[in-house]
This record gives sequence, C-alpha cells and structure tokens, in this order.
Amino acid sequence: MAYGKYTGFKGWLYKGSTPYYAFALHRLTAMGIILFVGMHVAASFSMQQVLGTWGTTINIIYESWWFQIMVVFCVIFHTLNGFRVAVLDIWPRLLKYEREAVYLLWAVFTPIYVFTVYLIVSKALTGG
Amino acid sequence: MRPRYVPNRGINLDYLMWLFTRISGLGIILLSLIGLSSAMYMGARLQMDLPTVLRWTFFPNPNHVVNSNIPDVTIGWATAFWQIMQYLILFFAFTHAANGIRMIVEDYIGHTFWQPFVRALIALVWMGMVIIGIYVILGSAY
Repeated sequence: MAYGKYTGFKGWLYKGSTPYYAFALHRLTAMGIILFVGMHVAASFSMQQVLGTWGTTINIIYESWWFQIMVVFCVIFHTLNGFRVAVLDIWPRLLKYEREAVYLLWAVFTPIYVFTVYLIVSKALTGG
Repeated sequence: MRPRYVPNRGINLDYLMWLFTRISGLGIILLSLIGLSSAMYMGARLQMDLPTVLRWTFFPNPNHVVNSNIPDVTIGWATAFWQIMQYLILFFAFTHAANGIRMIVEDYIGHTFWQPFVRALIALVWMGMVIIGIYVILGSAY
C-alpha cells in the first residue's frame, strides 16, 4: 500500500473514514509490536549474555500490566486487521463491503480485547 | 505534498514484498494457532501457565519457555518439527516486520537521497535479528 506516495505527517490528520482509521491503527500497532519484540529480544540478550541490570529494567517495564494492555491491543488488532486486509486482497470482489468488514473487525476485536483487559486488570488488582 | 510516483507493473521488489506480506501474515496466524493449540495440548500434561502458553505460541523454542516452571522441557518440546516451526516463524515475523517498517519510513522520506541508507540500515537490523534468532534456535537443547 501507498507505494511511492508521500503523505507526510499531515497524512495522519486526513479526514478519512472507517477503513482509513483501520489503516492508520494498523501502522501504529505494527510499530507497537516491533517496539515490544525489540525490547523483549534486547532484554533477554542483556540478561543472558551481558548480565547487566538494564535487561531487568526493560523486563519490569514490559511485564507491567499497563504495558501489557497496550501490547495486547497491538497484537490482537494487527492480527485481525491484517487478516481482513489479506482476505479482501485475495477476494477483491469483497472490497465492495470494505466498510462492513471494518465494522465486523471491531465487532470481533472488542469482546476479545475487553475480556483480555478484564483478566489483566483483575489479576493486577489482586496481585496474582 | 509530493507528486505521486507510479510504480512499474510486473514482477518487482515491491510487488513481491506486497505478496510476501500477505502470505507471511497468514502464515504467522497459522503458525501461532498451531503453537497455541499444541501448547494447550502439552500443557494438559505439563501444568503450563499463561506466559508459557504465549511464549510457545509466538516462538516455540525450548529455551524460550525454560524459565516458566516446566518440569522437563525436553518432553514433547524439543523436536525437529518444532525446530522447523521456529525457523519459519522467525523468518516470517522478522521479514514481515522489516518490510513493514521500510514501507512506513519510505512513506515519510520518499524517494530521496536517504532512501538507500535507510534501506541498508533496516536490512542490517533485519539480518542482526535473524542471526540472533538462529543463534537462539541452534543454541537450544535438542
């Protein structure tokens, strides 16, 4: 998507519609996953090979419940939206229903995410 | 706004990476589902907790779950099948990510003087991550 197109930072303010926000969130969540996996690999490398303390520091950050709420959002949204994009690309005739596909995406995403956040928060509150 | 650059039609890097992104994305979903269901199956035997299930879902490596209170990691975990699964998800995930970050960055910098340098930097990081992954896979107990 967006091959050779220059949108610049103003692109984020474009008053697009529902599929556009899914596209923007797809990029944002992609960078979130890369941030998490990068931190995870760096922390593990530090703890096992360098034996410094900064790996433990990073570990404490990404194992905290508020960070996991964001990671879970990124992973679930990126997976479901990526699946939607792949399905619409394989069967382009379905592109007629792109907006409905995004509504379906949110309908599937919301219960999964709300339930996961409920589990994370209830566990964080009870200290489990 | 920069004028839009119209790409050539036919088989080129961007078309192949577009295709790869779809295939690897679906591949990662499939591999994760296999990892998740296998973790559930093996966890019934080995008393697995949630972090272990997630670790096995996204990177089914014996060393990846070794800190997770598993009595004996070698039962059902360290086989050639899982080694192949690790290589597949490693290659799919890091290549998908490297190409994705390349597309995002190139949307902002465009076709400028810096493009080859950014591509080289991303390729270097990609190669480093793949090498770390292969090191972890080969360094695990089998």
